[in-house]
Amino acid sequence: MIRIINLFFIIFYLLSAKAYSLIEIDITRGNLDPLPIAVSPLFQDDNSKKNSINELKIENIGSEISLVVENNLKISGLFNPLSKEAFLQKPDIAHLKPRFEDWALIKAQALITGKVTIEDKKLKVEFRLWDILAGREMMALAFTTVPSNWRRVGHIISDKVYERLTGEKGYFDTRIIYVSEEGPKTARVKKLAIMDQDGFNTKYLTLGNELVLTPRFNPTSQMVTYLSYFKNLPRVYLLDIETGTQEVVGDFPGMTFAPRFSPDGKKIIMSFAKDGNSDIYTMDLENRIVERITNHPSIDTSPSYSPDNRFITFNSDRSGYQQIYVMKSDGSNVKRISFGKGLYGTPVWSPRGDLIAFTKLHKGKFYIGVMRTDGSGERLLTENYYQEAPSWSPNGRVLIFYRETKSNDKGEGFSAKLWSIDLTGYNERQVQTETDASDPSWSSLLSN
Amino acid sequence: MNFSKSFRNTFLVILLSLIVSACATKKTVTKIEGQMQGDVYTGTDTVKYLADGVPDRVFFATNESILTTKSRDTLRKQANWLRENSSINVVVEGHADERGTREYNLALGERRANAAKDYLITYGISADRISVISYGKERPVDSGSNPLSWSKNRRSVTVKAN
Repeated sequence: MIRIINLFFIIFYLLSAKAYSLIEIDITRGNLDPLPIAVSPLFQDDNSKKNSINELKIENIGSEISLVVENNLKISGLFNPLSKEAFLQKPDIAHLKPRFEDWALIKAQALITGKVTIEDKKLKVEFRLWDILAGREMMALAFTTVPSNWRRVGHIISDKVYERLTGEKGYFDTRIIYVSEEGPKTARVKKLAIMDQDGFNTKYLTLGNELVLTPRFNPTSQMVTYLSYFKNLPRVYLLDIETGTQEVVGDFPGMTFAPRFSPDGKKIIMSFAKDGNSDIYTMDLENRIVERITNHPSIDTSPSYSPDNRFITFNSDRSGYQQIYVMKSDGSNVKRISFGKGLYGTPVWSPRGDLIAFTKLHKGKFYIGVMRTDGSGERLLTENYYQEAPSWSPNGRVLIFYRETKSNDKGEGFSAKLWSIDLTGYNERQVQTETDASDPSWSSLLSN
Repeated sequence: MNFSKSFRNTFLVILLSLIVSACATKKTVTKIEGQMQGDVYTGTDTVKYLADGVPDRVFFATNESILTTKSRDTLRKQANWLRENSSINVVVEGHADERGTREYNLALGERRANAAKDYLITYGISADRISVISYGKERPVDSGSNPLSWSKNRRSVTVKAN
């Protein structure tokens, strides 16, 4: 019954949106009716085509960029990009002045057109977003970059369109850092890998000589902190992605692990295990001052700051079992917030500040869920045999995590893959990676 | 009155049959597995030996780092062997099964390795001869996804360091 009411509400909402001829997308609920949008290939003149082949070995870069945009909009679950075969207008003419009747005929509600030129080793792109129902231009933007950046151009266009139509920042011009996995379970080879959010431009940052785990970006997405078993000493490391320089930050007489940056990027928060006890520590990256935050004989791990740096959520078994706690960032006022049935782990504070995402284990099943920061309003988004370690998209609307399949008694059939799901619980999908993958971390928006 | 009595009888019969069937299931389970007590591995499939009669590893219950009677027996043998071979240092590796979150399991492995280390120390082995390392769930010895495989992976292993 409630579901029916919801459905009515959504239909009514869309109808009323139509009546005012304003396209808008509500991303706070599951989107059952994605917005039909036409992404026209970006127009390119013959001279630019020649330059495009010379520079990029791609003939029709305009068409390629539009495919990047189309794919982004599709995987967001909020848009339904229409088949280009049905398009009646040529890209160049549509970009100047679309015949709105033609686009309305194929049921498009919005249209993206554009033009791309490559000259003097520069890629110049302009694009427009049109409201078909109102028959007017909603947005027009132009930018110039180096030709090799063409996929990013597609991501930036996607972000602008998403923002204009949903009222919230997008998450397409972002990267994912993760652990690439290969080989049998008993001798798994793991490497740090980084890729664009849509699975392209994969680069491997380590060679696989030592075990690496849990990479996480800093707020500018230039640095990564992770756990490495270099020389068989599990320690927290810092890696500069641009220069490739690495340094150990958690060189304590024991194991340091579960690192994460503070949202202001000034500190790394991590666990330090010694003599059978794990507690939470911070290290100031400027002056290297180490501070102990928790002091308890239980396991305290998986710490994550609130976006305003004032609170920390973490995982502790001080009650006897793994549960989620919140404390002030100086370690005072520790409060347990998870009280549901089962075990709770890997809490991560949403970039919007209002929710904590977590992994839950109950009756042999693993769930990814969210709760408010006081523990109320628990919502489980997805259930599976094994999944954990959610990481938020920078706009706080999507979670990426990893999922493992069950192996048979011989250990066959095992795989680890990245998956994403909307905060609404809809739009669950596998994120493409070249190899098996785990421990994903989502960057901030790169262009801002 | 009569009704309630007959109801109680029926209830008792159902309860009894439940108990009997529960016992029956349990029996077959132990028979098939044969290598677990509770959920602690008691078999020898994966066990290696530091010396004749000195097993290299002990096993743990899910989410636990408590040493069982059998584990303590194994560790006493290791302590004796370490006493007789005073030039040997060891690394105790702590491991967890695949049914837990990665970071918690790293901490759990460390706790298990230290439980073993502490026991060796109480039997007179100097702490500086024993180092520990946790691999969490990263280095399973059995790659199956079933309770028996998991029980073999919840372990601490004493390895010669020199």
